[in-house]
Amino acid sequence: MRATVLVRPKPGILDPQGQAVESSLRHLGFEVSDARVGRLVDVDLATDDKVEALAQIERMCEQLLTNPLIESYEIELGEA
Amino acid sequence: MSEPRPVIPVIVWPGSNDDRDAQLALERLGAESPRIWHTDEELPRETAAVVLPGGFSYGDYLRCGAIARFSPVLRAVEAFAADGGLVLGICNGFQILTEAGLLPGALRPNASLSFVCRDVALQVERTDTPFTSRCVEGQALTIPVKHGDGCWFADDELLAELDANGQLVLRYAAGANPNGAVADVAGVLNAGGNVFGLMPHPEHAVDSLLGSDDGALILGSLVDAARLSLTAAV
Repeated sequence: MRATVLVRPKPGILDPQGQAVESSLRHLGFEVSDARVGRLVDVDLATDDKVEALAQIERMCEQLLTNPLIESYEIELGEA
Repeated sequence: MSEPRPVIPVIVWPGSNDDRDAQLALERLGAESPRIWHTDEELPRETAAVVLPGGFSYGDYLRCGAIARFSPVLRAVEAFAADGGLVLGICNGFQILTEAGLLPGALRPNASLSFVCRDVALQVERTDTPFTSRCVEGQALTIPVKHGDGCWFADDELLAELDANGQLVLRYAAGANPNGAVADVAGVLNAGGNVFGLMPHPEHAVDSLLGSDDGALILGSLVDAARLSLTAAV
């Protein structure tokens, strides 16, 4: 089973990358505000069981993929 | 009689690049500083303090220090710290200690998004710690920084708690914050007072020939404290 983890800087955390992207988009003429830049992690899991897959990914997020002090995450499960 | 030389190992990860400077500085200040490889599962038996040096451990992929925290040697460092052992993290070492949960807060990309490499002015907030005992309170230090991810962050609640506990031991001088760190924090102490991390590099400032020897105050304090723990243990 394929899992995708979307990692975002938490609200209130200074995101200089997001600010740089927003500023560039404005220079290009787009009317945007509050751009934020996060990270995406795709990973293939050995299991096809959704509950087990979610439990595994949660543990991965807690142990390595995210820093809970500064980042939030969302998990998407799909076909491998 | 010569003073005893406390053993203060310097940990080396693939990508560490300040380990030899740290070793040289500590040995000049009176310590014995073997370099310890990251796969080692134990610290030398005589270890009186440990230094985690600067660099880019394991390439600093994902987040700085996020992968190094799982190295075998860090289990030994965690156990040593839990026993009250003295641990100093410099730059990448600081990042590793925050990722490992041994120090509060997190280090984020510099607000400028630029790598900064220059001398910075610092202010010592406390001198009753094993890492600042050679300083005087409010003392201004000049020590270089060189990092891309030195923007220390804590939310308001954590910051207030750390401030109340006196854990914000080292700050950038007013107007000298090089990275956007919250409350100008340059160095943080753990609640137990035995683990300290800082972004500036004291090991690069131990000889006035290189512009400043203020770093010797920090590392010298650690050597003093390590030597003291040695005699206390005898």
